[in-house]
Amino acid sequence: MSSRHFRLGFIIFLTPVLLWLLTLIVIPHIDLLIASFQAENDQGKLVFSLENYRNFFTDSVYWYTFVRTAFYSILVTVITFLITFPLAFYITKIASKRLGGFLSMLLLLPFWVGELVSIYGWMILLRESGVINYILQGVGLIHKPLPLLYNDFSMVLGLVYMSMLFMVVPLISALESLDDSLIEAASDLGASKFTIFTRIVIPYAAPGITSGAIVVFMLVLGDYLSPDLLGGKNSLWFTEQIYNEFIASFNWNQGAAFGFLLLLLSTVIVWLGLRLSHQRLDKAVGA
Amino acid sequence: MIRSMPRSLGYRIGYALFVILFYLFLFAPLIVISVLAFNDSQFVSLPWNGFTLDWFFANGPDRIGLFHDPELLRSLWISIETGLIVATLSLVVGTMGAFLFVQERFCCKEPLYFLAIAPLVIPGVILGISILLTATMVGDWIEKTTGIDLEFLRPSFWLVVLGQFSFIATFVLLVVISRLKKFDHTLEEAAMDLGANRWTVIRRITIPFLMPALIGSFVVAFLMSFGNFNTTLFLVGSDATLPIELYTQIRDGSTPVLNAVSFLLIVFTSSLALLYLLLSKKE
Repeated sequence: MSSRHFRLGFIIFLTPVLLWLLTLIVIPHIDLLIASFQAENDQGKLVFSLENYRNFFTDSVYWYTFVRTAFYSILVTVITFLITFPLAFYITKIASKRLGGFLSMLLLLPFWVGELVSIYGWMILLRESGVINYILQGVGLIHKPLPLLYNDFSMVLGLVYMSMLFMVVPLISALESLDDSLIEAASDLGASKFTIFTRIVIPYAAPGITSGAIVVFMLVLGDYLSPDLLGGKNSLWFTEQIYNEFIASFNWNQGAAFGFLLLLLSTVIVWLGLRLSHQRLDKAVGA
Repeated sequence: MIRSMPRSLGYRIGYALFVILFYLFLFAPLIVISVLAFNDSQFVSLPWNGFTLDWFFANGPDRIGLFHDPELLRSLWISIETGLIVATLSLVVGTMGAFLFVQERFCCKEPLYFLAIAPLVIPGVILGISILLTATMVGDWIEKTTGIDLEFLRPSFWLVVLGQFSFIATFVLLVVISRLKKFDHTLEEAAMDLGANRWTVIRRITIPFLMPALIGSFVVAFLMSFGNFNTTLFLVGSDATLPIELYTQIRDGSTPVLNAVSFLLIVFTSSLALLYLLLSKKE
């Protein structure tokens, strides 16, 4: 194999990859940053300006939405963990191998069907004329329909629902490699269930927990559908602000600043998660 | 507390109850959608008024079924087209990237690899708006200097393709890399000793070895594109994909036709996902 031949092959492989990363990832994000520092002056020309960021810090709605989005994203991540951890433990450690395999396969289905369809399902279930209210009234538990849809409860429910898979998969793969005899030994030596969980299971699964938490947090932070369709008019999610600036107000520079702030928040949290758990990004996202 | 150890009755019952409730929670929305897609009622709600296929096949005058709704059918077709193109593009570039990162040594490999997996932790909305910004800027510039308005730089079918490709390629890249790392290089060396050149080796040995990963990631890439909403929302023009069309209709109020579409999506995507699982089992 001549070295000239080899270089040619190398360039043929490198070019599309470079094109992809430069034109669709690097340049657009630089553009986003530049656009966020521009605003129209009195003559309608785009000039350098801090106005977009000033708006963010002075208008309390933006601030509030940002903090609220971050807070709820953390809350959803924690709830998702609390629900999926016992399930991952059941699938890997309690159920028989066959049942566990079947159960973990079932987990994937709602994910493939897509967020929009599941959310639509929740709307049908939760609204005032919805299935849950119909059943509750039918059995006589309530006399007036409960306002289950279009509030923070339904929004969090939707976000948890769409996040579960991304938490449970890394948890399952972390727990799968945990040797059962460690748990047996601890139990033989008199450790309580609580001790076994806090001293053996949780520390062992820590890398899986961080992976799941990072992915879930990022997805929830950047989600648009659940807050918009399940949260109702007062959902105040930061992606909705971005959407409003881009599509409704057509103020792209303001939207770019919001976008950049969201990206910053997501990057900082992901970075923190990786640092705290001593992981590399590629390992954490499942490579 | 685990399967090899004795468990108290309360622990077992409590745990089983939790798992059952969890799966009820997981499947409740899908079951409700499917059941109400066959309900003989103008409203998407209980009570059950009897079984009907109207929401799929009716052709007026009171009811228009899914297969006679031109808007939905058009968006379905657009989504399939988008998915096939995005999956093909992602497969080609992702696989090339995988070869690059596993088999080659070159300067700046580490930062480039980091860049290639970054799209996984960039929120889809951000990818959407940043690509929209750049495409518009370049489009405006070209129009100003040459007078040609390039359609693919405006919100359109092709901009959606580019936007979805930008992060789906990363997914293919990771799947192929993990398969490629298991590859036994002595096979390649043996083939070369026997006189095969590099392209023959790739075609006859490496590609067949990668085949399960390639088919699997093609299916997943298609499904990711097919269901994508966040990135598409900002790049879509007059060619609405199915999720965009569904979103618009759901916001305006639900009709049983939407249930019929969702039901078909549930059937379609779960059979594709099943295919993918079967393939990965073989691997």
